[in-house]
Amino acid sequence: MTAATTTFRWREPSILPGFGLALGITVTALSLIVLIPLAALFLKAASAGPADIWAVATSPRTLAALKLSFTAALFAALVNAVFGLILAWVLVRYEFPGRRLIDAAVDLPFALPTAVAGISLAAIYAPNGWVGSLLAPLAFKLTIPFTDLSFGFDGKVAYTPLGVMVALIFIGLPFVVRTVQPVLEELQSDVEEAAALLGASRFRTIFRVILPQVLPALMTGFVLAFARAVGEYGSVIFIAGNVPMLSEIAPLLIVIRLEQFDYAGAAVVATMMLLISFALILAGNLIQARARRRFGDV
Amino acid sequence: MSDATLPSAAATPPRSASRARSESPVVQVALIAISLAFLLLFLLLPLVTVFVEAAAKGWEAYRAAITEPDALAAIRLTLLVAAIAVPFNIIVGIAAAWAIAKFEFRGKDLLISLIDLPFSVSPVISGLVFVLLFGAQGYFGPWLQANDLKIVFALPGLILATVFVTFPFVARELIPHMQSLGSADEEAALTLGASPWRVFFAVTLPNVKWSLFYGVLLCNARAMGEFGAVAVVSGKIRGLTNTMPLHIEILYNEYMGAAAFAVASLLAGLALVTLVLKTLLEWRYGDAIAASGRH
Repeated sequence: MTAATTTFRWREPSILPGFGLALGITVTALSLIVLIPLAALFLKAASAGPADIWAVATSPRTLAALKLSFTAALFAALVNAVFGLILAWVLVRYEFPGRRLIDAAVDLPFALPTAVAGISLAAIYAPNGWVGSLLAPLAFKLTIPFTDLSFGFDGKVAYTPLGVMVALIFIGLPFVVRTVQPVLEELQSDVEEAAALLGASRFRTIFRVILPQVLPALMTGFVLAFARAVGEYGSVIFIAGNVPMLSEIAPLLIVIRLEQFDYAGAAVVATMMLLISFALILAGNLIQARARRRFGDV
Repeated sequence: MSDATLPSAAATPPRSASRARSESPVVQVALIAISLAFLLLFLLLPLVTVFVEAAAKGWEAYRAAITEPDALAAIRLTLLVAAIAVPFNIIVGIAAAWAIAKFEFRGKDLLISLIDLPFSVSPVISGLVFVLLFGAQGYFGPWLQANDLKIVFALPGLILATVFVTFPFVARELIPHMQSLGSADEEAALTLGASPWRVFFAVTLPNVKWSLFYGVLLCNARAMGEFGAVAVVSGKIRGLTNTMPLHIEILYNEYMGAAAFAVASLLAGLALVTLVLKTLLEWRYGDAIAASGRH
């Protein structure tokens, strides 16, 4: 590189017109609609003062809501990762009647408004609903002998943390399927055939040859489903029952604080949610980048 | 790979290449059954339930629920908000795609990430930020009150919140498509003497029209169905600031389930139309729609 070209140039020359106008519109709209309002959120949270921030952030109700939102989102994303992978595999590899219809139906959660999904799921999983009434007799409780530890299922899904998970599974499924599907479609068949011809069992081929290639995409889908689930509101609040400390999600707590005109409290909870999910998304991206380096970019 | 990790070819006879890439029929049927059961339980059942519950009290009740004044006002408001928010995002989306796909500049990756940012923000927070700015105790609240202007609990707030949550949709579909097309067509048209706007309308726009339509379709579905963000800024004043999703919530909470599902069935119908159009676009113009169905 010569001295003449090392002078700072922030964009490559082009004969196309309109760069200034296009970038101007984009940056102005982005700043006014997204960046400045988000900055106002952080400013409001910070203006509460350290003592108030600490009080809101460590109140049992805030911690319970955050814990529910993040754990339910995590479990829902795990369920989606497993079933989304199976679904993507079935859609890419097998021929069966109705395959294209089912392929199209996977996107339903993107298209169906969350409030519609919410009241519908609540109706289905309520104790007198189609599925809820079937689950009620399945209630059980097991106590581990000689301890106080017990676990069980009281037959209720709606109005419990399980209901929250059902809604989050609904909302997150397409993220996994739609990120894994294109990767499965582009897999080269020769590696698989080579593995089989070398005598590897089909099971072994899937777990040692195919899965490693799909893993980065699966993780991307998992992170997307998780991120969406953490902030989800509309599909959850109808089925959750919204009992404080038990089935109250963090976004709902923000709404409740706002309705009490506790702007600073709402801003603190919102900021905590955003910071935790940004950190998790970043961590997910880093893990994924490592996986890509290890298994190759597919 | 060492000999120890794989059984020798003699121990397991090599299978034909076609069998090598598929599972046994039993496994196939089992996996298909698992997939179908999962979809039936989690996706199709909720959709069917909307229509079954909407029809539960008969046609007259259904008609009454969607033609009562508050419902009609909610439908009109939903259409109005989408009619302003979607064109706004079309213009910004096209501008963003033009700048990002046709030019090389520093900070481009950051700009792309920032455009996608609203996808990682909870809808409730997307509404909250505007209450913090324009609400009664917000940063601009006192000034707005002094000048008798209303943003939160009024139409402008609903539009702002809707624009926020649908901000990335159009840009996201256009950017990868315009990047893959390159700039050769536009450069040729310019060299032949076409004006910049002519180049855009006669060359670029026709090239990307299907991915633009695809983005608009998804943007519109989200704009009309958005709940969390508008719930926070609307104030839920019946007949005035209630959109269709908010009207559904109020009816449901007042134990008017059949009426709630009747209004919900309209939005479910919109979702089905969106899905059908989206699927047709993917089948017909799949190559153009690069980032299909990510959000």
